[in-house]
Amino acid sequence: MSQPSIAVEVNGEPRSLPSASTVTSLLRHLELEPARVAVELNREILSRDRYDQPLGAGDRLEIVTFVGGG
Amino acid sequence: MTTPSSETPLKFGEFQFESRLFLGTGKYESLEIMREALAASGTQCVTVAVRRVSLDSKQPGILDFIDRDRYVLLPNTAGCYTAQDAIRTARLGREAGLSSLVKLEVLGDRLTLLPDPVETLEATRTLVKEGFTVLTYTSDDPVMALRIQDAGAAVVMPLGSPIGSGQGINNPRNIRLIKNSLSVPMIVDAGVGTASDVAVAFELGADGVLLNTGVALAEDPVRMATAMKHAALAGRHSFLAGRIETKEYARPSSPESGKIATSSG
Repeated sequence: MSQPSIAVEVNGEPRSLPSASTVTSLLRHLELEPARVAVELNREILSRDRYDQPLGAGDRLEIVTFVGGG
Repeated sequence: MTTPSSETPLKFGEFQFESRLFLGTGKYESLEIMREALAASGTQCVTVAVRRVSLDSKQPGILDFIDRDRYVLLPNTAGCYTAQDAIRTARLGREAGLSSLVKLEVLGDRLTLLPDPVETLEATRTLVKEGFTVLTYTSDDPVMALRIQDAGAAVVMPLGSPIGSGQGINNPRNIRLIKNSLSVPMIVDAGVGTASDVAVAFELGADGVLLNTGVALAEDPVRMATAMKHAALAGRHSFLAGRIETKEYARPSSPESGKIATSSG
């Protein structure tokens, strides 16, 4: 029996996450430091104090970081 | 090298810089070379781009190679073609960098990477309203530069020539016109190919120069960064020193009187 899951979109790709997922748990899974990224949830900036709120089915996430640029 | 008393730090927003050189962090062969080049240039402010993280492979983070006690991060909106995308990118950059500084770049053409003036102006207005310190990239159009200043930009950044082209300062007269008309600082951004381009920009009155490719893709980026540092100082001091007028004919540097020659040469 598989864990209940939710379908979300991360950086334009469909992903299936455990149903109790949060941004914090997703970043941990992706081995990303929260201090080094910024997150958009459904096109709105998600402030760091909201990373522990549960994600819902159909949520669209953008996770970005800094790269070299001019 | 001592700094003449007439020189002051470059200030805009809540920021202040002794070095008037701004460096990009893109296109370096390695992050180690980038770190060395940044140090050699003496810059205190570096641009970074905002991009999606890779979900598959863990990449080395550029922030591991940028000492934030030494360099102020200047997130850019590079690669955006609409005001809307640029605004979103700026907001993400502010969230990631915890700083309200943004280099606004809204492009209008994929071949020349020239900025879209209409979208640029709209994005400048919105970001200023949202409390950003906006450094706006623009063409070398003096009227557009004033529009950007009126929109509330902290700095106007006219291009020397197209991004990454290495053509230098294509329209020095416009750069001077822009500088003379603005009350906010002008940082010449883009097109620098070699050190003399930096010197020329400062001699024209630029308050700062931002460059990336000219250093990153030089055969020896660290040495080129050193050259850029010296060119910035040379050009800036030259500007402040006040150059002589150009004349049509020669003027002797040695006295005309007391010469032993008798012929009238």
